[in-house]
Amino acid sequence: MSLLRRRKGSENDIDSNTTHDSEPIDDEDLKTEKARREKTKKKNKWGCADSCCWLIGCICSVWWILLFSYNALPASIPQYVAEAITGPLPDPPGVKLYKEGLRVKHPVVFVPGIVTGGLELWEGHNCAEGLFRKRLWGGTFGEVYKRPLCWVEHLSLDNETGLDPPGIRVRPVSGLVAADYFAPGYFVWAVLIANLARIGYEEKTMYMAAYDWRISFQNTEVRDQTMSRIKSNIELMVKTNGKKVVVIPHSMGTLYFLHFMKWVEAPAPMGGGGGPDWCAKHIKAVLNIGAPFLGVPKAVAGIFSAEAKDIAVARAFAPVVLDNDIFGFQTLQHMMRMTRTWDSTMSMIPKGGETIWGTLDWSPEDGYDCSPKRQKNNDTKAVRQRDQGNRDLPLKSVNYGRIISFGKDVTEAHSSKIERTDFKNAITANNLANTTCNDVWTEYNEMSIGAIRAVADQKVYTAGSVLDLLNFVAPKLMTRGSAHFSYGIADNLDDPKYEHYKYWSNPLETTLPNAPNMEIYSMYGVGIPTERAYVYKLSPPSECYIPFQIDNSAEGENEDSCLSGGVYTVDGDETIPALSAGFMSAKGWRGKTRFNPSGIRTYIREYNHAPPANLLEGRGTQSGAHVDIMGNFALIEDILQVAAGATGEELGRDRVYSNIFKWSEKINLKL
Amino acid sequence: MGSILRFRQLCYVEPVKISSLINQKSYEPAKNDEVGGVPNVDDVFEKENKKRKTKRQTREWRFVDNCCWVIGYLCTTWWLLMFMYNCLPVALPGFQVPESPGVRFKREGLTALHPVVLVPGIVTGGLELWEGKPCAEGLFRKRLWGGSFSELFRRPLCWLEHLSLDSETGLDPEGIRVRAIPGLVAADYFAPGYFVWAVLIENLARIGYEGKNMHMAAYDWRISFQNTEVRDQTLNRLKAKIELMYATNGNKKVVVVPHSMGAIYFLHFLKWVESPPPMGGGGGPGWCAKHIKAVMNIGPTFLGVPKAVSNYFSAEAKDIANIRAMAPGLLDSDILGFQTLKHSLRLSRTWDTIGSLIPKGGETIWGNLDWSPEEGCNYDWAKKRLQYPSSSENNSTNNDAKRGCRVVEPVKYGRIISFGKASQMPSSLLQSLDIKKLQRSSILKNASSTCGEIWSEYDEMSRESIKEVADNKAYTARTLLDLLSSVAPKMMRRVEAQFSHGLADNLDDPKYSHFKYWSNPLETKLPDAPDVEIYCLYGVGIPTERSYIYKLVSTEKCNIIPYRIDSSAEGSENGCYDGGVYMVDGDQSVPVLSAGFMCAKGWKGQTRFNPSGMPTYIREYQHKPPSSILEGRGTESGGHVAIMGNVALIQDVMSVAAGATGEEIGGDRIYSDILKMSERVNIQL
Repeated sequence: MSLLRRRKGSENDIDSNTTHDSEPIDDEDLKTEKARREKTKKKNKWGCADSCCWLIGCICSVWWILLFSYNALPASIPQYVAEAITGPLPDPPGVKLYKEGLRVKHPVVFVPGIVTGGLELWEGHNCAEGLFRKRLWGGTFGEVYKRPLCWVEHLSLDNETGLDPPGIRVRPVSGLVAADYFAPGYFVWAVLIANLARIGYEEKTMYMAAYDWRISFQNTEVRDQTMSRIKSNIELMVKTNGKKVVVIPHSMGTLYFLHFMKWVEAPAPMGGGGGPDWCAKHIKAVLNIGAPFLGVPKAVAGIFSAEAKDIAVARAFAPVVLDNDIFGFQTLQHMMRMTRTWDSTMSMIPKGGETIWGTLDWSPEDGYDCSPKRQKNNDTKAVRQRDQGNRDLPLKSVNYGRIISFGKDVTEAHSSKIERTDFKNAITANNLANTTCNDVWTEYNEMSIGAIRAVADQKVYTAGSVLDLLNFVAPKLMTRGSAHFSYGIADNLDDPKYEHYKYWSNPLETTLPNAPNMEIYSMYGVGIPTERAYVYKLSPPSECYIPFQIDNSAEGENEDSCLSGGVYTVDGDETIPALSAGFMSAKGWRGKTRFNPSGIRTYIREYNHAPPANLLEGRGTQSGAHVDIMGNFALIEDILQVAAGATGEELGRDRVYSNIFKWSEKINLKL
Repeated sequence: MGSILRFRQLCYVEPVKISSLINQKSYEPAKNDEVGGVPNVDDVFEKENKKRKTKRQTREWRFVDNCCWVIGYLCTTWWLLMFMYNCLPVALPGFQVPESPGVRFKREGLTALHPVVLVPGIVTGGLELWEGKPCAEGLFRKRLWGGSFSELFRRPLCWLEHLSLDSETGLDPEGIRVRAIPGLVAADYFAPGYFVWAVLIENLARIGYEGKNMHMAAYDWRISFQNTEVRDQTLNRLKAKIELMYATNGNKKVVVVPHSMGAIYFLHFLKWVESPPPMGGGGGPGWCAKHIKAVMNIGPTFLGVPKAVSNYFSAEAKDIANIRAMAPGLLDSDILGFQTLKHSLRLSRTWDTIGSLIPKGGETIWGNLDWSPEEGCNYDWAKKRLQYPSSSENNSTNNDAKRGCRVVEPVKYGRIISFGKASQMPSSLLQSLDIKKLQRSSILKNASSTCGEIWSEYDEMSRESIKEVADNKAYTARTLLDLLSSVAPKMMRRVEAQFSHGLADNLDDPKYSHFKYWSNPLETKLPDAPDVEIYCLYGVGIPTERSYIYKLVSTEKCNIIPYRIDSSAEGSENGCYDGGVYMVDGDQSVPVLSAGFMCAKGWKGQTRFNPSGMPTYIREYQHKPPSSILEGRGTESGGHVAIMGNVALIQDVMSVAAGATGEEIGGDRIYSDILKMSERVNIQL
């Protein structure tokens, strides 16, 4: 109150001053003057700050009133509105199938993929005070903004061991909450869970096999005994429900579960000691959603320069922001440093080398037509027209086999015309390019300028030589990675070396368990351009930098081109090329092969991508994108059917939109 | 703060400056007019009119504007304060937070050794919705119980409907599935800021515990213990989890920490796990010895709590009785059609587990009409309470009062429920209740069957029988059961199929292999595991409800609970009495006798209840209220739930988890008269 009084007083003072200053006027005018002054006095009360307060107050009150009325209204109003606009919404699959009489039958196990699982802090350094058992990864990511360096420090792992740094324990969140929503409103498993609950599922028949997705698969067992827990939980669910489980891994979870199936039957010190028929006894079906069985090219770009298409585009728009030091936080380098300590990213480096991913001049996807028309209208007329057009122009095929190439011209030239110098001859460590790069560890600091040049001079890298490249630019990382993962193709699967756990997550170097009644599904979205090969350039040298970056100026000649922003795209689900997701089910495991000795039946279920019709639909019910597919009604319906007891035959076997069978045909793999 | 003040000053200086500017500007045209020398009267008038109009407009707006201004101002300062608060370093220099036991133990070199299993009690565990009626749209997998309870206010009837169970089976009603939340989040905080297990978890984490060696055995605390297994396979999961933790942590046995009702839940588990399969878990007779190191019961309700009786009888405990005395209209009248008490009575009567908390052991333990084990005990809190008020006057009576509790007029605690003066009448004058006659009469006359849809069984009782029950009668722990079965026959039939409240004469009788006896320590044997240690950890020094004085209220109106605690009744003025409730030493919910008797006598040494002679330890924690508001719920509290933040208790739990035995942490630690009380209980061992 005293403040208010003071304010009035001072105002009067000034007012009186102004009266003194102004010249004396006629009596007549004096009155008007007084009135005017009175008025201005009142008006003057509303100064700038007051107006601001007033504005804020208004906004707040309106907001509160809206909020209140929103809360007071029955919950179904938004739905009515939505229905009024778009017409009646279709029943969610859970409701529909419940009406058809489907009920809970087989217990369900979810295996989340990389990145989508939440991580929480159990022990931290001083800077993370007060974050005990709070989510560091997932949720709102509030801490990234509040204490970025601290956050990076806690999410990084030790770069020698790939395990916790001393004094830090970050652990996966457990339970269904681990990955139902990644961030508020951004569902991952939530829609599927809700639909399963409609037909009677609950906590006792659903289990989220959350694991720390940063560390290598075998280390989850060493450090957290995650696989022992999964084993124990599956056994418990089978025992208490009397039915085998249906496992639903997503993304990297499929590799994790592949590893698990080998682990659980392997003898005790390295494996789980479940005996040779554990899988046959406990698992009804494995429904792999968006499986990167053969790896993803994105992982290479991620390790090589910490960027995939999304980041590359951002860099083009705002070159300064991402490269400069904002508050001493060198975004990209820090990101790179952090992700490089995560062993699991290396599980997704393309596997199978040139046999699968193509050589310099050949790739299974050769002849893929990237024209957006193809996805938009499927009527035969357009296709015929384009076919004619294609006949006119000599079809210029993309060399997808060249996963990394330096310069756009190189990617198009025939291999015989490219001058390549082998980078291996270049001198490595001796004269370092830059040593002043404080604590940011990317291993590029230890490379000489000559070596960097040499890398660029080799021009093109295929899936095979990309491994050499990564070994060269990041030797420490790759030695750590190669202890846990392998990327080859086995010649002889009976070789005793394949009993080592590092081969367990590579479908081309392991056999499936002996469980002839099990079913394996590959379910993935198609119809979205997906990163397949990259055009790189050397980035301008500076104090502390990543020497390579995607050349986002490289564009194709026309809109039909597969090249856009330095990235060649192919059919897939935006993250995983159809080849990686579908090949094993289409060919590698189909029938009785050496990778599938007991002849486990495999089914391919593809879901053609259709973008959401309007904003109200959110992320759409027909999406085929890598994560959004978890809300795809067709996929959910398939899962519910299988969980309620249907077999692949009853589901309608394969459902294919892409050329996956044609491509698989072209791959020359001994089966 | 300095910057805020400065900002405020800015706020006030600025408008002034601007106003002066505006003033000058507005004078200039006037001056010009003068200089021009053509003062147009009409013009001036018009101007004036305009000004008046605007003035009126501003006047009309002023009130709303002011409101907005105030709100805006408050918001801005609030945001500023929030911003500053967030900018401040987490630990203010100078403000020294007392070191938590976890940090100290870590420095001393203690590390995680035995896996820990936490078993929450009644009410504290969260429940979430899995399937509901249309009214619960949008609440899928949201917390109905625990958290902010926001749904209770938004759709109270819907909330009640979903939390109630079927009154016949004690299981889910049709079309509703409410399940316990799994994981540590189930009971770390009951409501935001109200910790239950969080402090203990945090301290355990300091010495290396994490998800893999710490497990919260959450269960649906509304349904009976055996039903948690039948419906959710909760006991099976717990068994698998303990086996897994034992195997993955280098064959280290687990330390189990049950709280409140969790103690008898775990007792049930111990019997279940070793029993053969159809009814039990089939773990075999050595299971407990192999997997369990110690059971650290916090505030255990081994012999039941009198509160449960008053809850069943009239949905009130002391807290509610007081409110009712102060605002009689509020709770009883229909506010928005929501008959609070009646509804909560109905709700709690569908929960079988409250039946597990009815006092066990009958008159042998809880006393008969004239005798009780607590008689003649001297309570610290009674002394304290009488020392504080009006010093000079009470100085003389102080000594008398102290004695008063035991000599002048011994409280007849044995009469757990008494009507009117029956609480202090000599037992020879008391009538006994003929249950059979009562039930017959209730069949004859169905008094008020028209009373809404609320099911509380009182509707089905005749007025005569209601009166009959109340007519100057006193009930002991034994006759109490008859009383309850006469006022709520259906409920008690359900409860008695799941729980038993007696005292076994011969424990080898084959009938005791039935699951309903498993949660009653007086009707089961502890497993054959001589190395398992049993701890009773509980707070003392807080007055705890022990027996009630009831009165009959007019039964004319429909839908009224015919009995209520007589908070106006005059009792003995000795500090053991408060508003219709007789108090005894305890932790505010559980009397010392219930929490400590089994460890003090029933299981001590090799008895028939403890044939293998497991060592038992009593650890009591004297209650001290928090010294300042900053301390929150205190680090030395003995309250039933607040004790989970008691530093001494946390230290004990952590020492045992890190490998210490009961002897190493100092054996028994006793403040109350539990040993004396147990002495007076005449039980065959």
